[in-house]
Amino acid sequence: MNDLLRRYGTGLTWTFIGLTFFWLVILVILPDFKLLESSFRPYLPVVDVGGPKDVYSLNNYGQIFGNEVDFSFFGLHFMLAARVKVFVLTIFYSGVVTLITFILAYPLSFYLAKVVSPKSLPTLFLLLFVPLWVSEVLRSFAWYIILTLKGPLNAALMALGIISKEIRWIDGYSPVVVTLVYTYVLFMLFPLYNAMQSLDSNQIEAADDLGAPWWRIHWRVILPHAKPGIASGAVMVFMLSAGSLLVPAIINSTTGNWFTQTIQGIMLEGQDWNAGAAFAFMLLLFCTITVSLAMRVFRVKLSDIAK
Amino acid sequence: MSAGIDLDDVCCDFGKFRAVDHVNVNIQPGEFFSFLGPSGCGKTTILRMISGFTEPTEGAVRIGGKDMRGQRPNQRPTALIFQNLALFPLMPIWENIAFGLEVRGVDKAKRRARAEELLALVDLHDSADKMVSQLSGGQKQRVAIARALAVEPSVMLLDEPLSALDLKLRQHMRAELRAIQKRTGVTFVYITHDQGEALAMSDRVGVMSQGRLQQVANPRDIYNNPVNGFVASFVGENNILKGDVQNVADGMASFATAIGTFRARLPGAAGKLYVRPEHMVLQAMPGAENSVPVTLTEVAFEGNFISVHAVTENGTNLVAELRNDGSASIPAAGSQMHMAFDARNSSILPDSATAGG
Repeated sequence: MNDLLRRYGTGLTWTFIGLTFFWLVILVILPDFKLLESSFRPYLPVVDVGGPKDVYSLNNYGQIFGNEVDFSFFGLHFMLAARVKVFVLTIFYSGVVTLITFILAYPLSFYLAKVVSPKSLPTLFLLLFVPLWVSEVLRSFAWYIILTLKGPLNAALMALGIISKEIRWIDGYSPVVVTLVYTYVLFMLFPLYNAMQSLDSNQIEAADDLGAPWWRIHWRVILPHAKPGIASGAVMVFMLSAGSLLVPAIINSTTGNWFTQTIQGIMLEGQDWNAGAAFAFMLLLFCTITVSLAMRVFRVKLSDIAK
Repeated sequence: MSAGIDLDDVCCDFGKFRAVDHVNVNIQPGEFFSFLGPSGCGKTTILRMISGFTEPTEGAVRIGGKDMRGQRPNQRPTALIFQNLALFPLMPIWENIAFGLEVRGVDKAKRRARAEELLALVDLHDSADKMVSQLSGGQKQRVAIARALAVEPSVMLLDEPLSALDLKLRQHMRAELRAIQKRTGVTFVYITHDQGEALAMSDRVGVMSQGRLQQVANPRDIYNNPVNGFVASFVGENNILKGDVQNVADGMASFATAIGTFRARLPGAAGKLYVRPEHMVLQAMPGAENSVPVTLTEVAFEGNFISVHAVTENGTNLVAELRNDGSASIPAAGSQMHMAFDARNSSILPDSATAGG
């Protein structure tokens, strides 16, 4: 604080602090708090707001139950509320997206960090960045076009003789998963790349010299070192996927609802902000729990991720 | 089990740059062999070729008589100790040491027992469960040695492993390394730019410059009978005088320089005259031969010796190191004296091994 005052003077210092405070408190904390507060209140006509009916309850949260549907999950069949089903599948498929991005990003980041010559790095990074110059909306539509029934993917597979009849790709959760992987894979790649780059190459050579085959070098030396990077990449991809509205809104099939779409339906179409807020907080809560559990399982500390 | 190493006319190119140039040397089983040279002389490349991280462009590397071409580092009977040690910071000490055994599928209890044994060998009891970051520099050093010994290599390769330690510890570790080598009987190949280390520890030393092996000999011969000017000046200090060789007889020659004509040994080709400072003596009167009048410019008392800088009439600088035997008087700067040396302690040497040969 004193350091800031000395360096920038009173005027600038208080401007910085004021702006940060405004952004954090007025634009982030207060609206969230208001939303949290209203999630416990019923959706009432304007005249009844603040009246005797306007009392705190968990009714909005309870709305996730009801309207039971058949649910089959890895061979298990049971009845589940329609919204709970969407909720569970959203979290599950966000996990799938995270896993796929990891599988794609791990070899690539190892290649970039330890194999490729530093001279060609800028070119390779440019190639990775180019897709980011196109907006997420366009990229999602592009995937829609690629995956559509008479689209280029089916046409190419037919032409190559791999399939004889078009496959309905836009079905279930696969199109969302594919597009989310494509959209967020770089959020996994860069933390992983950073983590691997900080590994002393001599350690890889030392393990090699002691007789370790490549897979053991990865398992015992490189992977443990990259763990904080994997964790921060996984948290980002998972949270972004679970919270993504745009991608599922554009590319989703009728059989693959994302929970954010449920929230959007309640808030914008049903105009029930109270229930919408309750659902949004449930999603946040469960994502946080999932992430914390995963971190516990993989023995990663929050301070590791912050690195 | 130790094995000898043959470097058979080995060359190594990086692009157009020749890092190692026709090196031939036979390292005996159980020998402590050092490659000594300035940075960039190719000594690390030699080590990497023996360990398998680099393949020679020409020539062959043989370990225990077997050609190693095409053998990956994890297939060779060598263990490398890296300059920065490259311990695994996320594993406890014992897992570090037992890593090579883990790779070979040894079960956990045996690995642990072997790690404890090796820790005892390097005098590090009770450290098995510590993490690398909890150890001091010297202790990490020992862990690195234990980790390399665990795979029972025939050859240990050490890449300046002492360079990060402070002076006291370095001197202690020299003796330690030598003792471990004697105890295990493993062939040690040691890379260093520190002549003191090389001379103190090695059975034989190979002095390198610009990718070429200049001289291979035991430490005494390296110091006392260098084959050329590079070896003479890289290993120890010298007074170097330019001049012309005259009257060669019985390996001795007269050497005419700007400050007089001196008699000196001529072991090979002609070149410059080299006299070590500790072979210079100061006299009040001129000697019969190899003596030159000087004015002392600087006298520094260093404890075990006295360093005397002097200048001749024509401005040539000479240095003498006088042993401090506790009784001799210390000459004063500015006094006029004569600096002299024994012909047997001075050599006329060519600059360095000629390129392209």
